[in-house]
Amino acid sequence: MHIGVEYFVSVSAIVFGIGMFGVFTRRSPLILLLSVELMLNSCNLTLIAFSRYWGEQSGQVFALIVMGIAASEVVVGLGLVVAVARRKAELDVDRLTALRH
Amino acid sequence: MTYDIVFVAASALAIASALGVVLSVNPFYSALSLIMHLVSLATMYLLLQADFLAAAQVIVYAGAVMIMFLFVIAYLGNRADEPTRDIPLWQLGAAVVAGSAVVIEIVVAVASQAFGPGATVTDQFGNPSLVADSFFSRYLLGFEATSILLLVAAVGAVVLGSKRPSPRVDEPDAFPAPRTQPELELQAAVMGAETAFPVHHVPRKDEDEN
Repeated sequence: MHIGVEYFVSVSAIVFGIGMFGVFTRRSPLILLLSVELMLNSCNLTLIAFSRYWGEQSGQVFALIVMGIAASEVVVGLGLVVAVARRKAELDVDRLTALRH
Repeated sequence: MTYDIVFVAASALAIASALGVVLSVNPFYSALSLIMHLVSLATMYLLLQADFLAAAQVIVYAGAVMIMFLFVIAYLGNRADEPTRDIPLWQLGAAVVAGSAVVIEIVVAVASQAFGPGATVTDQFGNPSLVADSFFSRYLLGFEATSILLLVAAVGAVVLGSKRPSPRVDEPDAFPAPRTQPELELQAAVMGAETAFPVHHVPRKDEDEN
């Protein structure tokens, strides 16, 4: 069995689907952020797999940029979660519909 | 052969821990599963000769970012737990359909293509100096944009996490700031006497004790 790029892409598709399921079903904003991380990482895997397939470095560069974007997303997301929690609001994305509580 | 075994083990672990992230009730276990997921993805990056990215994944992601996550979960304590209401069945069904639709689409699209064995690359492929070469020449603009994005995110986090939340509109005294006499007079002049705070000397805490 030769493990080609298609296996890596399939694994990343499965992980992306799992992350999507998590975003749709979970209510806690923390778990939502974790699920978004799953989706971003599966995209990273695809980028790196195709970068190896074509013998091009650019895919790895883009994966690094995606890592930076994921880091800033976590920073802002966790900042929002802590700010909401400090104002004694319930941490439930279905109830947090207004910009002010 | 070793390659195949490592791939199968890493991908099984990645999928299992991704399920753990989504299905755990305790957010702490979700975060720990995500760390395991990131480490198994780093193993797959090594199989794809992305050495530098594998190292960055473990150090930056599994190290720094996830520690921040765990810190916030521990800070929130039991308030980080999932709200206990039941998920409506249609939402669960829609989530399963949407998630599996993406998976099936991509797997079918990939399986219908005949991928060759891939380009032959040297051992140097993916080492830090080569990645840095393209990062700092051809993709310099992306690098600078990412650095500005990180700076903006850091500033935003500081603003969000600053000590005093802005007072609510309906409760102006929720977070009272110590006011000075000239400030109150100015406010009275601007807003009109009936809406402003009463213009008299407000004793501050340190003065009360005298």
